Amino acid sequence: MTESLLSVQGLEKHFPVKKGMLQRQVAAVKAVDGISFEVYPGETLGLVGESGCGKTTTGRLITRLVEPTGGKIVFQGHDITHMSQGKIRPLRRDVQMIFQDPYSSLNPRHTVGAIVGAPFRIQGVRTEQGVKKAVQDILALVGLNPEHYNRYPHEFSGGQRQRIGIARTLALKPKLIIADEPVSALDVSIQAQVVNLLEDLQSELDLTYVVIAHDLSVVRHISDRVAVMYLGKIVELADRKSLYESPMHPYTNALLSAVPIPDPKGRSGRERIRLQGDVPSPLNPPPACRFHTRCWKAQEICKTVEPVLTTHAGGHQVACHFPENAPAPAVEATV
Amino acid sequence: MTEHFLDVKDLKIHFPTDDGLVRSVDGLSFQLERGKTLGIVGESGSGKSVTSLGILGLHKGGRARVSGEIWLDGEELVGASAEHVRRLRGKKMAMIFQDPLSSMHPYYTVGAQIIEAYRIHHKVTKKVARKHAIEMLGRVGIPQPDRRVDSYPHEFSGGMRQRAMIAMALSCDPELLIADEPTTALDVTVQAQILDLMRDLQRDFNAALIIITHDLGVVAELSDDILVMYAGKAIEYGAAEDIFERPEHPYTWGLLGSMPRLDREPTERLLPIKGSPPSLINVPPGCAFHPRCAYAGRTGGLSTTAVPELAETEGGHLVRCHLSREQRREVWATEIKPNLESA
Repeated sequence: MTESLLSVQGLEKHFPVKKGMLQRQVAAVKAVDGISFEVYPGETLGLVGESGCGKTTTGRLITRLVEPTGGKIVFQGHDITHMSQGKIRPLRRDVQMIFQDPYSSLNPRHTVGAIVGAPFRIQGVRTEQGVKKAVQDILALVGLNPEHYNRYPHEFSGGQRQRIGIARTLALKPKLIIADEPVSALDVSIQAQVVNLLEDLQSELDLTYVVIAHDLSVVRHISDRVAVMYLGKIVELADRKSLYESPMHPYTNALLSAVPIPDPKGRSGRERIRLQGDVPSPLNPPPACRFHTRCWKAQEICKTVEPVLTTHAGGHQVACHFPENAPAPAVEATV
Repeated sequence: MTEHFLDVKDLKIHFPTDDGLVRSVDGLSFQLERGKTLGIVGESGSGKSVTSLGILGLHKGGRARVSGEIWLDGEELVGASAEHVRRLRGKKMAMIFQDPLSSMHPYYTVGAQIIEAYRIHHKVTKKVARKHAIEMLGRVGIPQPDRRVDSYPHEFSGGMRQRAMIAMALSCDPELLIADEPTTALDVTVQAQILDLMRDLQRDFNAALIIITHDLGVVAELSDDILVMYAGKAIEYGAAEDIFERPEHPYTWGLLGSMPRLDREPTERLLPIKGSPPSLINVPPGCAFHPRCAYAGRTGGLSTTAVPELAETEGGHLVRCHLSREQRREVWATEIKPNLESA
């Protein structure tokens, strides 16, 4: 096995909930509660889950935008878990982030040139023919007109803005890019353009991606391996093919069968798993297996013993007491 | 008069602005029967939401210029008084909005909002209306409806709020229900619950349903007919199976090619549409789609000069395109379909 670019071990983020005059901590939101995974050079790891499962927090922990409360993050052999801002700055060149909303993640008062050129300025990087030339090269690379150097973000459409955001992350030739919902704010036809662009850039520049998204079909399209999160835990982690073709965790099964399929002929014949209710609050997650309150296979053990992420054939990892090996037989959940 | 339950004829909704006239909806026609579902698909700015507000008469008294005809159960609505349409709204036709948190009043309990709507249209006591509200909340699958009726919208989760919204829309037993992106704000497992609920309720109430969305998967789940909009016009309209199995407009091909699918082998690459949707102030001349269309060159220059008509290609399947039927079918069969299915 090749050495991993990024290694995350038992990562935790508990946001304190404070109350009263003394601001005593009364509880904690366990946004990320002990997750471990590796990211290998050149691959794309997809991180999927519903809102509140901690996928965005995970992305922000890796980029050190929020401070972890436990666990370890190792990037290229350096432990960056609690590295100081000053020390981590050189490493920021190598880890960059693409944000979800291209409307709020670009400063409206800066020109495109200033936005994409900022990384050079901050990192003090000198380029052979000046920053302007370098920025224009990057703009061309992401499919924007280099002459738009002096324009402002509001002059661009949503898809073009997302390209500006991508250009900014690429400025310093990073190794790892964390993309948090990179296409979910875009129209369908524009989504496809950006997805293709991300794939082209990956093969051209040898990039490694961690893509965080809630759209299971987009994640399948771009990922090599996929991790499914539920309430701050990774419940399943496997390569794309085995995760989508033979999911082992009941939650993954339910997620996949909930995706509407654009085929009007198939709608009557599909057998589905319907989950009841909503995702429980991460403030007070169910004990042991966190999915047991919505799981149709739950037994007594699921309420008392927490399942650990164990590796099965083909490196397929799953945290479940009763995993399914083949595509699940459709079970009608009582509604 | 018309024999259809809902018959929209040449509907135009234009907004005068300082920068020019915005033609949000520009000559839209469609029909819908009781118990049937129409899916309206399009990207942002294609005019799909403006259409739904127009049917409900919510542009009356505003700056919009509305023309054309909307016949609902034998009554014409465009020319009707605002007061008359207001009386129909809620009872005859109702709407489910995209974001239940911003479309419900945060100061009133969910129950109070349902009771208010019910008592406007029915002369009943508060007690009777409250009983009805509890019954409706139970109907849409809210647990302990007799307790939750006194909750405020912020005390509900996203999925529950959308259920409460549906209960409110259905409280007066409307015959036409318009759902504007009803599941876009929801997680996928909750979306599946809501889609199931809407399908069941429609069957029970035998209402006509218009579902507006950008998600082709949602449309395919529910719709009998599909209308694809682009820049304020219908560009393809027909039975759901025709649109998905035999689409004939290059824009529809583009939408299908842009979308990764879970039910098929993963394709190497997506086939997006180039460029982005046009500004409605400055709609391209001729066919509005021609700057983004890969096949515009095959129309002999027609696409840049003349606006194509929405013409029938076969059995109620309408397409607005300058390419001939033979050209379109050949392109679909040889260039598009194989690429969508290749592994």
